[in-house]
Amino acid sequence: MDLLTVGTFARPPDDLALRALQPTLGADRTLLGGGTWLFSTPQPHLAGLVDLTALGWEPLHVDDDGLTLAATTTFATLAGVDPAAHPAWPAVGLFAGCCEALVGSWKVQRVATVGGNVCLGLPAGPMITLAAALDGTATLWDRDGGERTAPVVDLVVGPQRTALAPGEVLRSIHLPARALRGRTALRKASLSPLGRSAALLAGRLDGPDDGSGFTLAVTASLPRPAVLRYPAVPDAGTLAADVAALGDAVGVGGGWYDDPHGSPAWRRAMTLLLAEEIRVELGEVPG
Amino acid sequence: MTTVDGVRLDAEPRPGQCLRTFLREHGHHAVKKGCDAGDCGACTVLVDGGPVHSCLYPAVRATGAVVTTAAGLPEGPADPRPRFAAAAGFQCGFCTPGMVTTAAIASDPLADPAQRARVLQGNLCRCTGYRAIADALDGRRTVEPDGGIGASVPAPATDRVVRGLEPYTLDGDAPPGTAHLVVVRSPHAHARVTRIDTAAALAVPGVLAVLTHVNTPATLYSTARHENRLDDPDDTRVLDDVVRFHGQRVAAVVGTDLAAAEAGARAVVVDYEPLPPVLDPETARDAPPVHGDKPASSRIADPARNVVAALHQGVGDVAAGIAEARRDGGAVVTGTWHTGRVSPASLETHGSRAWVDAGGRLVVRTSSQVPFLVRDELARLLDRPPASVRVHTARVGGGFGSKQELLTEDLTALAALGTGRPVQWELTRTESLTATPTRHPMRVSVTVAARPDGALTALAIDVLSDAGAYGNHSPGVMFHGCHESMALYRCPNKRVDAEAVYTTTPPSGAFRGYGLGQVQFAIEGALDELARELGLDPFELRRRTVVRPGEDFVASADPAEHPDDLAFGSDGLPQCLEDARAALDRDGDPAPTGPTWRVGEGMAAAMIATIPPRGHRARASVALDGGRYRVRVGTAEFGNGTATVHAQIAAAALGARVDQVERHGGDTDAVGQDTGAFGSTGTVVAGSAVARAAEALAAELRGKAAARLGIAPGDCVLGPDGVRAPDGRTVALTDLSGARAEGAHGGSPRSVAFNVHAVRVAVDTATGEVRILRSVHVADAGVVVNPQQCRGQVEGGVAQGLGTALYEEVRLDDAGRVTTRVLRDYHLPQFGDVPRTEVLFADTVDALGPFGAKSMSESPYNPVAPAVANAIRDAVGVRPRRLPMTRDRVWALCREAAR
Repeated sequence: MDLLTVGTFARPPDDLALRALQPTLGADRTLLGGGTWLFSTPQPHLAGLVDLTALGWEPLHVDDDGLTLAATTTFATLAGVDPAAHPAWPAVGLFAGCCEALVGSWKVQRVATVGGNVCLGLPAGPMITLAAALDGTATLWDRDGGERTAPVVDLVVGPQRTALAPGEVLRSIHLPARALRGRTALRKASLSPLGRSAALLAGRLDGPDDGSGFTLAVTASLPRPAVLRYPAVPDAGTLAADVAALGDAVGVGGGWYDDPHGSPAWRRAMTLLLAEEIRVELGEVPG
Repeated sequence: MTTVDGVRLDAEPRPGQCLRTFLREHGHHAVKKGCDAGDCGACTVLVDGGPVHSCLYPAVRATGAVVTTAAGLPEGPADPRPRFAAAAGFQCGFCTPGMVTTAAIASDPLADPAQRARVLQGNLCRCTGYRAIADALDGRRTVEPDGGIGASVPAPATDRVVRGLEPYTLDGDAPPGTAHLVVVRSPHAHARVTRIDTAAALAVPGVLAVLTHVNTPATLYSTARHENRLDDPDDTRVLDDVVRFHGQRVAAVVGTDLAAAEAGARAVVVDYEPLPPVLDPETARDAPPVHGDKPASSRIADPARNVVAALHQGVGDVAAGIAEARRDGGAVVTGTWHTGRVSPASLETHGSRAWVDAGGRLVVRTSSQVPFLVRDELARLLDRPPASVRVHTARVGGGFGSKQELLTEDLTALAALGTGRPVQWELTRTESLTATPTRHPMRVSVTVAARPDGALTALAIDVLSDAGAYGNHSPGVMFHGCHESMALYRCPNKRVDAEAVYTTTPPSGAFRGYGLGQVQFAIEGALDELARELGLDPFELRRRTVVRPGEDFVASADPAEHPDDLAFGSDGLPQCLEDARAALDRDGDPAPTGPTWRVGEGMAAAMIATIPPRGHRARASVALDGGRYRVRVGTAEFGNGTATVHAQIAAAALGARVDQVERHGGDTDAVGQDTGAFGSTGTVVAGSAVARAAEALAAELRGKAAARLGIAPGDCVLGPDGVRAPDGRTVALTDLSGARAEGAHGGSPRSVAFNVHAVRVAVDTATGEVRILRSVHVADAGVVVNPQQCRGQVEGGVAQGLGTALYEEVRLDDAGRVTTRVLRDYHLPQFGDVPRTEVLFADTVDALGPFGAKSMSESPYNPVAPAVANAIRDAVGVRPRRLPMTRDRVWALCREAAR
């Protein structure tokens, strides 16, 4: 939809230009990724947009340390990464599944960006799930020319709330090779076949050379992402107790998420069910 | 510089502008607005060959790009448009330009069923149920070029629709100087407006006027429109100083453009004194009155108790009937069912444009099913003679009952008269989902008793209907909902206790089925339970208990005291039951394997009068102009297919080819009178008027020709080229040009149509997922004038029924605010959600309808949800009693079963 209060549209062509604009970012001037969320709902507080899509950031950078996704990488680009081209990294198989989990259509996925999905901070944001399951680290540019890194899972602190500082830019997300070498499993529950995730869980089992650890990212059924880590595949009872504790905890920001996409009680049950399915799938010795 | 459909577009977009409005601003109206939020796909265009939702795409980014709309797709073998035409792949057609641009991608992903569901996830169609769209993608031809009654001729607008060239309400150039209107809405469920300060708004550059309760008429009216305006309570003001639901209109700001109007709306200062909200219909009758200020002339049954309408009536003795069933060893079933708040969600939102023409007449172009009734009420509100108001429609982008209301025209008219400029108001999708009428949520308690052989001895319902904040359609929906649902069954002892109550929630209104779907959900569930208790097959129970020709239709009134005009013009119900039973056993998907899946079957029956009661009028004229026939009707085309059916009816009566007939409709200038396109009357009432006009014209043409030929009129045959004598002499049509005749229909007597739906489902007891393995629907539509169109109506009704059954609900929070505000949160069935339904038609000829036809628009919806519920009960052992039967609810039900 038209954002009728927006009076400026900056399209920095390079990093220098973006850096120069960062101090102008604030409550009324924001970064624009794909725009698929920003243009989908009224934004009467906005007077200006700074578009990131002309910067020419390399969508995917591969080296021995792992894979780095530019914030501006589209879902379609990510989904198009061929797992066969990365035989040492079975976790690449998780990319397409996480992209599919977006409630937005295939046409939205051609435009929507990885960074935009993370910065929006929706409980059902599947790039948050991906990064959480694969130990993704964000590189952030502050408005004074500095840079910091932080685990993606720590950036999202609540529904549409992030720990990004004013004017801060999410530059990229690094997925370490160690995590990419793991085997993964993805499960989703929703009220309709292609509906918004009510629970979206991704698990990872590292190989013996990487310590055999088991990681489970729990999203969509909680107000913010959670990660459970175990030195090995846990037994069913342990995992169930830990998963249940994630949402059963009371207090500020606790509880199972409640919105029109599923009741909290059902989300809790689906989260437990899907966690166990992932545990069983990854616990099986690959034949 | 952008290139659009091969033409340079040199204009600069505004900084926050999306590509959709940039294209439309420059005349590319093949790009539609369905949601403006990237959910519906009606605005899909290709940017450098790749499809995007143009409402989400910053227009600035399209600079230098090549943009292609439905109007500019390259012709050739890959062009999907001819395939949509050949398969009748649309009804209202509002989604079609976005469908064809999406389908213009490489065909591989569209060939695979799983990928097809994903590719079309972002393209919503509210009319067809998607089967015809699948046929288009598969390249099937289902239309035939010509033919009379019973031929699947294409809609006359087909070529324009698939190319995005057919104008809808707000397509085409707006009159010069058109201003825009934006509404300020209530943030409270119930409050008194103590002060409105418009000074700051009026100071915003570009703001032309601010309308409030102070400067608009205080006349009470109802947004609902009926032939008899007294059918609905006069409880509404254009802008009121009391707001009764969250989202109610409080003020309207008119600006030279939308940005000015929006800025003005933000600047309006409103002070509210909150009043006690009434959110629960169960306690509404003991709550503070919502309309306690209304006079008796508002025709509210009991304003002090928040009762809009009430019906307490019966025949025989229900207690005696229950006792009889018990005494004879039969069964007695009681239970309570709840239905949800469902949005009609036509793809084209409500919107209108109003202006004063050179002759001083107020002209309103609007998205309406009832242009004549809107004109009459507008004239009343504005205190003008009806002749000084013209209301007309373009092709309407879906309605389903929601446009049997006066929702936008009052404000655009007042704003146009007040500012002296044309004024346009187009509702946003969020306004549509939060502040336009929904289906009435109902609580229905049923008591049904029968002897061991299934003969009913008692049938009683207790209905509580949630009217919401205003009484529009609430009496009609309540009375209608409790009529054919009850009258379908033979039982000497019947009772209806029904009340519709005000709450301070968004108003309920007219929606496909008009109350029957809610009440039938309960009655058909109770009968299913009764069949179980008696050990009878549910089809067999219906066969034994449904009303038969020769018997009276008795809902709750004694026919001797309350005679009506309902008659068995035909009876296809036994055939519907038999064919549905047989079809259910045929075919179907295999059940999923796994220990948590259960399989069950269910069915439900439904009856509907072919015409609403209390009068429904249509006039039509047919004129011969050269060799072509010009049909004028009042009724609008909104995807119901009447433009096609009327052409077929006229052609049949005149011995003409369908392409010789042109229909002009949806215009108060077209004919003298028309009640409108609701109550499934497009074929039986307006179609009868067309048939009578065409038959009269045919007689006149034969008579004139006979006089010239010197023979008896009875010896003349009227054909496509002229009137022929037995000896071969011919009077050409062009020689008879100018002849004209009229026809009318008054909506009485009325016949009955029947529908039976049956499904087999699989339910995953671990997750609550419901999969439809087999879906069959048998409809008794009398003679089917256009099989493809009628099948599409049935399939579309079934898809809406499945949405109601499994997905759709407008949800409110504890403060009465709607939480499902966009289509991402209000789930309309997508391509992948709707299973294929086998549609069969009973072979009947109606004695009352035109050419033996009956209505078939609303009724296919009605039996779907109860059939699915009954199947879920069969599968999991516990009966679902609340709609929608979402996965979380079915999961909870299965847990209940496990305990």
